[in-house]
Amino acid sequence: MLRFTLRRILQVIPTVVVVALLIFVIFSVVPGTFAASLFADGKRAADPQMIARLNEEFGLNKPLMERFVTYVTDLAQFDLGTSFRTRQPVIDLIGDRMGASLQLAIAAMVFALVVGVPLGFLAALRPGSILDTVTMIGAVSGLSMPQFWLGLLMMYLFALQLNWLPSFGYGDGSFRNLILPAVTLGVTPLALLARTTRAGVLDVLNADFIRTAHSKGMSEMKVVRWHVARNALVLIVTTVGLQFGSLIGQAVVIEKLFAWPGIGSLLVDSVAIRDIPVVQGTILVIVLWFLVINTAVDLIYAAIDPRIKQE
Amino acid sequence: MLKRLTLAAMLSLSVATGALAAGERSGGTLVFTAPYGSSFATLDVQASPNTQEEFITQAIHRGLYSWNSIENKPVLELADSEEVSEDGTVHTYHLRKNAVFHNGKPLTADDFIYSYKRIANPKNAFPGASFIAVIKGAEEFIAGKAEEISGLKKIDDNTLEITYTGPINPGFPLMQNTTVIYPSNVEDESSFAKNPVGLGAFVFKEHVPGSQVVVEKFGKYYEEGKPYLDRINIVLMAEDAARDVAFRNKEIDVSILGPTQYQAYQGEEGLKDHLLEVAEVYTRNIGFNPAFEPFKDKRVRQAINHAINAPLIIERLVKNKAYPASGWLPLSSPAFDKDKAAYAFDPEKAKALLAEAGYADGFEFEVTASPNESWGVPIVEAILPMLKKVGITVKPKPVESSALGDAVTSNNFQAFIWSNLSGPDPLNALRCYYSKTAQSACNYASYASPEFDKLYEAAQQERDPAKQNDLLRQANNIVQDDAPVWFFNYNKAVMAYQPWIHGLVPNATELAVQPYDEIWIDENAPDARK
Repeated sequence: MLRFTLRRILQVIPTVVVVALLIFVIFSVVPGTFAASLFADGKRAADPQMIARLNEEFGLNKPLMERFVTYVTDLAQFDLGTSFRTRQPVIDLIGDRMGASLQLAIAAMVFALVVGVPLGFLAALRPGSILDTVTMIGAVSGLSMPQFWLGLLMMYLFALQLNWLPSFGYGDGSFRNLILPAVTLGVTPLALLARTTRAGVLDVLNADFIRTAHSKGMSEMKVVRWHVARNALVLIVTTVGLQFGSLIGQAVVIEKLFAWPGIGSLLVDSVAIRDIPVVQGTILVIVLWFLVINTAVDLIYAAIDPRIKQE
Repeated sequence: MLKRLTLAAMLSLSVATGALAAGERSGGTLVFTAPYGSSFATLDVQASPNTQEEFITQAIHRGLYSWNSIENKPVLELADSEEVSEDGTVHTYHLRKNAVFHNGKPLTADDFIYSYKRIANPKNAFPGASFIAVIKGAEEFIAGKAEEISGLKKIDDNTLEITYTGPINPGFPLMQNTTVIYPSNVEDESSFAKNPVGLGAFVFKEHVPGSQVVVEKFGKYYEEGKPYLDRINIVLMAEDAARDVAFRNKEIDVSILGPTQYQAYQGEEGLKDHLLEVAEVYTRNIGFNPAFEPFKDKRVRQAINHAINAPLIIERLVKNKAYPASGWLPLSSPAFDKDKAAYAFDPEKAKALLAEAGYADGFEFEVTASPNESWGVPIVEAILPMLKKVGITVKPKPVESSALGDAVTSNNFQAFIWSNLSGPDPLNALRCYYSKTAQSACNYASYASPEFDKLYEAAQQERDPAKQNDLLRQANNIVQDDAPVWFFNYNKAVMAYQPWIHGLVPNATELAVQPYDEIWIDENAPDARK
């Protein structure tokens, strides 16, 4: 198990290096600079002296290779650089926002798990029933609805019409503020989990060992608990891992819409003004998050299903 | 038309002054929205050129001058009076004796010298350095060639003498967000970024990154009886649609409207009576690069101005959230010429001008444009068929906002569409057409006219404001005749406010920036706000 764990962790390193290289290259060739973005809204006249001073201060006048070497050297020391905009360490900016992003992603995933898995399970146990039909229609709708539009609908319904919840913001960090963005973000993984669970459970229900269990006289409850649930778990864990890993990335739109102070909104703002160190740092953190979750999922597989460890 | 527009501007003013009627009530919390992004870059406002940080400035800080939206001009803020030398270059300021910083330090001349040196310090590369450059000796200091700014002189604690480079109106550069005064007794300057200390009516309380800044009433503010509010939550809300829901749900007290919302709010009872409008000091335009052969000829540029039906685009696309432009200086400029007519929509005249210029068969050009709905690709797409009718083919070249700035300031375009600052100081606004202003500064259309230069230089030397404005008015008319740009519109900024909010003013420099110490909340506000 230790060797398996080490191997999976080591596999993350080349992925991070490739991603870091790609991010650097992409943001070195896209047009637009931070200094020019300061005048982009036309609300002040361009100041060539200030542009020159800023480009020099941020090292943007240096050759591309020299900047790349600096970037990689800093990265190797876990230094994500300094924000052009705030002149604060990028790691601090991300640290300020990471808590809110994690809060949102975890709440969305919990919502998706608590609702999606039981619904998928029940739908599979009663295929063709009204519950199954309604669940699957709901799942398809959840997958096809644009999150931005769904978020606006939720705002109109629960904030404006029913006046149950605040429509935006972090407030004082209360649970009430979290509900709308988390539910909006959680709808897609919920729909996917419901469908995946249903498919996984149906597959297991048709397996020979389930028929054997029934023929041995095991009760329905025991069959479901001991055989169906355990065997369907691998597929569910895979879906949860993939979805949870990508939730922070997906949250960009939701954070922007609900004025939620996570790293998604930080990324959007930073791209617009070409605050390259923040963009690079934020994307790297999102990628790392994805890789860590996936590695964790692989390790959980091995724990659930010993065959995977042997392979 | 112009009379009607001026009347509209006056009406905006009356809305605001009406809101300032007697009966001010103290107490309450204002929930104010900062609509230009989802974060504050820094709380050290001297370091930030962004509009977003101006919201913090208005609450926490003060400068030597401030903008008076009712009088439409800069006024003394941190001095009770000033004396000006005969040649107009030396100003002696008698500072407010009752002004105290939030850390308890009384305001003295040392704070001005400290602040202006900090802003101009070449190591800082602060955006306000160009404003401080109007002080004698500042250029040398900014270039690192001098230890002090020679034009700054402390007479005594309460008297400051500033020598300027010329007989300018120092109110415009020294009322800026980036030229506010900090206390000179804070040892760790980096603390300003997280714990701002100013002279304003509100004290910094809390910053939740990406969410909000909270400020509370300062008990020792120098204006007696002010501020009225106990607290302001300045919340970050960049999304128009989300702001709309929050405003209708009464979660926020003000909201800046885009064209679509403006149209919707005008048609709704309960919303339409609480809209504050003002002609802001921005001119939307398409700048022509004279290096591109057809644009060398004034008749071609004039033809484009005649070929486009600007009022129609403003009505259909911009939903009347703009005033048609007649020239560069906007309606709210003191040098605006209300008698000068805009280019009439006249395709036949456009064709004739093109034929005279040798382009009877038309030509093709590219317009670099950002995605902005009011001055970007959608507008270029709207002019496309109009110009096609006179034989000109337009190709939009979409770029991101930050890339637009790069393309324009590096002169890498045939034409560009942008919204540019055209006030409040007409002298500074017309600097962008002075031939000695670099293309990369703001003479984006590389304009050069000896006739204009002569008038502009005369205006620079003129000390009588009325005569100076007259000279600038003439200079502005020359720009209009030469048409270095297509004059599209002046932005009409619109703010929706809740009926319990009073004291908002039609700030032509930026409507979203309001004097918080004037704002008060009446008895009809929800309990959570009272």
